[in-house]
Amino acid sequence: MLLTLTTTYQPATDLGYLLRKNPARPQSFELSFGKAHVFYPEASHERCTVALLVEVDPVGLVRNRRGPSGEGGALEQYVNDRPYAASSFLSVAIAEVFGTALSGNCKERPELATLAIPLQVTFSALPCRGGEPFLGKLFAPLGYQVTATRLPLDEQFPEWGESAYFRVELTATLPLQQLLSHLYVLVPVLDNDKHYWVGDDEVRKLLHHGEGWLAAHPEREAIARRYLKHRRSLVDDAIAQLAEEGDPDPELAAETNAQEEAAVESKISLNEQRLGSVFAALKGSHAVRVLDLGCGEGRLLQLLLKDKQFAEIVGLDVSHRALEIAQDRLHYDRLPALQKKRLRLLHGSLIYRDQRLAGFEAAAVVEVIEHLDPPRLAAFERVLFEFARPGTIVVTTPNREYNVNWETLPAGQFRHRDHRFEWTRPEFQGWANGVAARFGYSVRFLSVGPEDPAVGPPTQMAMFNRHPK
Amino acid sequence: MKITIPELSFVVLIGVSGSGKSTFARKHFKATEILSSDYCRGLVSDDENSQAATSDAFDVLHFIARKRLAAGKLTVVDATNVQPESRRAFVEIAREFHCLPVAIVLDLPERVAHERNQTRPDRAFGPHVIRQQAQQLHRSLRGLEREGFRHTFVLKSLEEIDAVVIERQPLWNNLKAEHGPFDIIGDVHGCGDELHELLGQLGYAEETAGNWKHSAGRKLVFVGDLVDRGPKVTQVLKWVIASVGSGDAFCVPGNHDVKLMRKLRGREVQIAHGLAESLAQLATESDDFRTRVADFIDDLVSHYVFDDGKLVVAHAGLKESMQGRGSGAVREFALFGETTGETDEFGLPERHNWAAEYRGSAMVVYGHTPVPEPDWLNRTINIDTGCVFGGKLTALRYPERELVSVPARAKYAESRRPFLPVETPAPVLSAQQQHDDLLDLADVTGKRIAGTRLHGNVTIREGNAAAALEVMSRFAANPKWLIYLPPTMSPSETSQAPGLLEHPVEAFAYYRHAGVPRVVCEEKHMGSRAVVIVCRDEAAAQRAFGITGEGIGICYTRTGRRFFDDPNFEREFLQLVQAAATAAGFWDEFKTGWLCLDCELMPWSAKAQALLKQQYAAVGASARASLAAEVATLEQAAARGLDVAELLARTRSRQQMVGYYIAAYRGYCWPVNSVHDLKLAPFHLLATEGKVHTNQPHTWHMETLARLAGGIILATPFQVIDLLDAASEAEGIRWWEELTARGGEGMVVKPLDFIVKGSRGLVQPAVKCRGQEYLRIIYGPEYTAPANLERLRARGLSAKRSLALREFALGIEALERFARKEPLRRVHEAVFGVLALESEPTDPRL
Repeated sequence: MLLTLTTTYQPATDLGYLLRKNPARPQSFELSFGKAHVFYPEASHERCTVALLVEVDPVGLVRNRRGPSGEGGALEQYVNDRPYAASSFLSVAIAEVFGTALSGNCKERPELATLAIPLQVTFSALPCRGGEPFLGKLFAPLGYQVTATRLPLDEQFPEWGESAYFRVELTATLPLQQLLSHLYVLVPVLDNDKHYWVGDDEVRKLLHHGEGWLAAHPEREAIARRYLKHRRSLVDDAIAQLAEEGDPDPELAAETNAQEEAAVESKISLNEQRLGSVFAALKGSHAVRVLDLGCGEGRLLQLLLKDKQFAEIVGLDVSHRALEIAQDRLHYDRLPALQKKRLRLLHGSLIYRDQRLAGFEAAAVVEVIEHLDPPRLAAFERVLFEFARPGTIVVTTPNREYNVNWETLPAGQFRHRDHRFEWTRPEFQGWANGVAARFGYSVRFLSVGPEDPAVGPPTQMAMFNRHPK
Repeated sequence: MKITIPELSFVVLIGVSGSGKSTFARKHFKATEILSSDYCRGLVSDDENSQAATSDAFDVLHFIARKRLAAGKLTVVDATNVQPESRRAFVEIAREFHCLPVAIVLDLPERVAHERNQTRPDRAFGPHVIRQQAQQLHRSLRGLEREGFRHTFVLKSLEEIDAVVIERQPLWNNLKAEHGPFDIIGDVHGCGDELHELLGQLGYAEETAGNWKHSAGRKLVFVGDLVDRGPKVTQVLKWVIASVGSGDAFCVPGNHDVKLMRKLRGREVQIAHGLAESLAQLATESDDFRTRVADFIDDLVSHYVFDDGKLVVAHAGLKESMQGRGSGAVREFALFGETTGETDEFGLPERHNWAAEYRGSAMVVYGHTPVPEPDWLNRTINIDTGCVFGGKLTALRYPERELVSVPARAKYAESRRPFLPVETPAPVLSAQQQHDDLLDLADVTGKRIAGTRLHGNVTIREGNAAAALEVMSRFAANPKWLIYLPPTMSPSETSQAPGLLEHPVEAFAYYRHAGVPRVVCEEKHMGSRAVVIVCRDEAAAQRAFGITGEGIGICYTRTGRRFFDDPNFEREFLQLVQAAATAAGFWDEFKTGWLCLDCELMPWSAKAQALLKQQYAAVGASARASLAAEVATLEQAAARGLDVAELLARTRSRQQMVGYYIAAYRGYCWPVNSVHDLKLAPFHLLATEGKVHTNQPHTWHMETLARLAGGIILATPFQVIDLLDAASEAEGIRWWEELTARGGEGMVVKPLDFIVKGSRGLVQPAVKCRGQEYLRIIYGPEYTAPANLERLRARGLSAKRSLALREFALGIEALERFARKEPLRRVHEAVFGVLALESEPTDPRL
């Protein structure tokens, strides 16, 4: 990977003093993950450019795993953009090679170290996850002029579209130390999905290098979140192993999909209204032992736990990862013994018959059925309505008709990429009436969210009640 | 004194402290068979004499006793047991597990016990304790039988105790040593003419005095209900009594038989359900004959376990926990089955469908409830086809599993519950297929051990099963389609040849060392693994797979996911494969309605679109841009006279390698606008109706599948190499070099036979040998730089190879279970196992 840094401050060759690197002499440095080379392709009184060329050892990356443990997947790839794209490795190289300048020291030209000078930085390939707008949001508030050109993926296959990499030029007039600090933090933030930290104590580093500018940055939350990326558990690694060629990073995909859906539905905080309605339905059923099937990260469980009516609460999900998050969100490990006794989290599937689900009075199935392939619905119906057979069942699902009201949703597209279908009101009611008739339940329908006179509510809800024996 | 006890007994020793129970137990039973209350006291309290620990100690003792009896293990309780309330728990436990409680009482004079206790410092209690225990014991003696002990033995002196010999007797139902072959006959109900015809068809002939014999020594088994309703009850009884008496037949009792016996014995029973017919017919017989009939029925054993436990026959069926056991409850179940306590619209008791829950390994053959057609469900089959109601009399041939029937000559009685529907539309799905519509989580979750024919037991770890559950639930196709998942494949050992990681020499050497003289080399296509199931028509899909309304087949990935998202596209694709199979005459040739093919589907870009964009092309794009800029900047520096020559040369060489890399992945990509842009290369004809073709050599698979070639289907080029002939081997190497020089992925080397077992067990079913350029998309664009290659040579294959064998064995196991028409959960277990194993961490580059 290559970073070039040009100044037109005169004498331009003073850049050499600032960086403590002689413009006349190329130098190389050993790094834990490869080598860094510093040389000056041009060095005149008017204009001086320094190049930082980092050679990342692609085999070493995989073989002598650097970086936090558990940062599995990506580091195991030999086919990896790390040797080519600007990333956290560049930050490390900057800190190692230009350490003095990064800390704002300059013995020979102390006044220059704090002086705002014209600087231009060029990246030959900078990954910008979040796209060009995000790039602008990161650098513009810091006073940079940003020029970015997106690189094509492969000109032989134009249908594949463009890559996530940009050739980027940043121009600004500011002290070199500040520019290096910005790069140190923001390059990995742009890179986002793969971090290769060489040391630990990331929070301290972030605060140190963000001193004086991060606290006031309008994107500070996004910066911190991306900089301190969470880690994965072993089971998730196992799931990652099973990922199809079609979606190489399921966790990232899940996160993106959920964000997309939330973004679509955000205007009316639909999720809250949905949970409120489901909670009311369960509460009104006088059920004491309740199931939350497809509990996800446990938002409904959190509500249920706060109400003493529910003496036994079981959350079930097919995603092991979601259950882990639910466990954290509910502080399961720290719940008092009496509370803990009320709640159980189960890993399971709604298309396998499950003895553990028998004997409950009510079940909530919130935004779940649309994630099942239509041919698998028959199995789901039997698992829930024939075998688990709670007295009350509350099912919610998107109302497809309402989708025309979402500005950000292209016509014909589902709200979530994992949705296998989205039903209109007649489709959902047809299904629910059929299920109720086949399994001996009665059903009524309720609206969730603001009702549109033409296309109905954004979410539809069915309440099933088992016929008395 | 000889004490004879049933082989599965719950033996309760009774005797005061110091009566010598422990010594007695040690002498006659295995250490693991004895549960001592003192020992259990020690387990829970560190003190074998702690009376305070008694309650906890007995909890432990009861728990272990339950586990042992559930597993069918004789168990002995070593405790004083002098009070009826302490014994009651043991009688209850014996009943729970349908085994017989046996009491052995050591009734020595108090003095002997007291003297013995005096010599033991840990038993410093006075004579009053022993006296009290002895009094309780003596009060108990007469009541033991009433408490439920079927066998009671009282030993009154040291001499008597010393002289005891214990003999373990097999239960009457244990006929495991009888291996058949058998012909099992359904409910006869006095249908003598039909029985005569059926026995004739089965190859039996009537010899002296009504004794039916088979020329090849086959034996008859009657599932009971010989009598009532029909016209020839006496004749049927005479035949069966004679044939059982001569050892040519076995018979288990039916509820009608038992009721007749009770009536003949003079008991008060209601004359209904055809009993009147039996009595009328027997009225003309002698008293002596009626007594013989009653004795015969009285002696019948509730059920039989035959053929090493592989076959169970009981009149109304028998659940697993009762098989081979003897108790009143077992007899009740065998005679009447289980009822839910409710009655149906005809006023008959509603039956609990025990067969739907059956998970046993033994085949259970039964009758009792008339059905229009016998239908397998979870290894059970009901062969009562209602002959007396105008249906037919059916026999099941074992082990052939063939059904032979003769139609009723008349409708001799009217069934209260009409068993033949007024109109008889063929049921869409068989009982098993309907049952299989839903799998049970308990059959896949947690740590599991799956038995395979090829590779013994394969363990599935809990975490891997959890990962598989998620993938199976969220993405997989209808599990009824998933009869196979392909195994992973190991590469050849690492080559030491300059510039190479893999080379055929190592693959050939592997098989030669494993004792394989000839191998097949098949071109390895670079696409995506696909399993294709295609049926002759939708009706065939329904018959074989129990699937309706999902078309004529499926194409799925290595994780059981539908290959194509668009159903129309999939249909078009399957029609092309179906047409090829029809043109090649496969349906008739294999007498099948379906085929299961193991294939590679190209282009790679068809399925790997996202991976190509996010990873392969992305790396290429960033590498090209970055290296071009690096070279330009270095050239600029060189022009200034800086010494960057070495770095420049290295960077240029990296730029060249990246160029090769991009060319490599591009070779496996082309746009797919219609189904005709695909290429399908089948390489295994895995299975057809009733057959798994693993008995055929790979040359057969190649040649047979080549007949499908044309249009989108490719015949895979292959070579047979003689590993004992250097020239042949050289030819194989040359072929590989040619393939890889053209940009091919490489080749797969397989032993000629599909399954090879060597001295160290199963041999790898295939080993891949990949080309230099292809490996750039595995090991990275710059892997051929000498410094990189040297380090990459260090790679261990053993984990991958072990995984490949386990997955291969499970995959073939799944197919074989399917071909044998086992319940879906059994097929699914193996398929689920492959998916779970795939989640084990292994080096993904291998």
